[in-house]
Amino acid sequence: MWKWLHPYAKPERAYQLCVTLQPYFLWPGILCLLVGSLWGLAFAPQDYQQGDSFRIIYIHVPSAILSMSTYVAMAVAALVGIVWQWRTAFMAMIAMAPVGAVITFIALFTGAAWGKPMWGTWWVWDARLTSELILLFLYLGVIALYGAFEDKQQAGKAAGVMALVGVVNVPIIHYSVEWWNTLHQGATISKFDKPSIAPEMLWPLLIALLGLALFIAAVTVMRMKNEIIRREYHRPWVKDLAARALGDDHAV
Amino acid sequence: MQFDSLQAFFAMGGYALYVWLSFGVSLLALVWVVADSASAHKKLLRNAREEQARQSRIAAARKAQTVQSESEQTGS
Repeated sequence: MWKWLHPYAKPERAYQLCVTLQPYFLWPGILCLLVGSLWGLAFAPQDYQQGDSFRIIYIHVPSAILSMSTYVAMAVAALVGIVWQWRTAFMAMIAMAPVGAVITFIALFTGAAWGKPMWGTWWVWDARLTSELILLFLYLGVIALYGAFEDKQQAGKAAGVMALVGVVNVPIIHYSVEWWNTLHQGATISKFDKPSIAPEMLWPLLIALLGLALFIAAVTVMRMKNEIIRREYHRPWVKDLAARALGDDHAV
Repeated sequence: MQFDSLQAFFAMGGYALYVWLSFGVSLLALVWVVADSASAHKKLLRNAREEQARQSRIAAARKAQTVQSESEQTGS
């Protein structure tokens, strides 16, 4: 059943797949981000309590949701790498970590810039904010641990274990607003009930969410290509690739 | 459009600092991560090519050396 998947464990095939996928993720992603942001900034109605400051939601909520989804995706890649010994799975893991860290940073930063006018403070050490900060540290920890090993298979295993252990933080972030008293409001969209938001505010939010998800996929694919080249440095196909990409002027 | 004028749009109902700070920093962060990935790609390809050129130079020099020593041996 899963036989069709096996050739993609081979680095050259995986690289070709990344090249094929990249434009389909990148350009629709950028387009959706632009449409979602502009719609949210200029055309969505004002919030009756928060005025125009609520428009930060169009970057804050997508980045917060996806900071967690990206972490789960990274941990799944780590699990595949550890269980089936796929080298390419560890490459996918480390390709996702930096963009996940950037998205987590965006969630934290926009949260602070939203908290200042609404709560009167940039930062409080409450459950939601602290657990999201820990998520950023987990991403940075995975990157640092991976970088600390010369042998990248070892590095993948060590960082993979850390990524897997860190998964426990994801439900803590999600339920933090229910388990503890917090300044942060409860879930608006990511709950099983009907979303408690007007549709004309929700649509641009969903488009921005889709756009950011595609953007993260695009960056993951870009970095995946880099990881493959880094590991296949001495292979002839990388040489051909370099000659084609950089022009043949220095070819040997 | 929810705003009467472009000025009102940029003023964001008095929340201009927070809204534009959020969107500005987010944009910068996203641009940075793409630029970093793209420049790393270029650099890796360049390094790979230099490394392989170096390896083939070493191999050629070794071959030349063995050919030379072999001819010296047959000559003596």
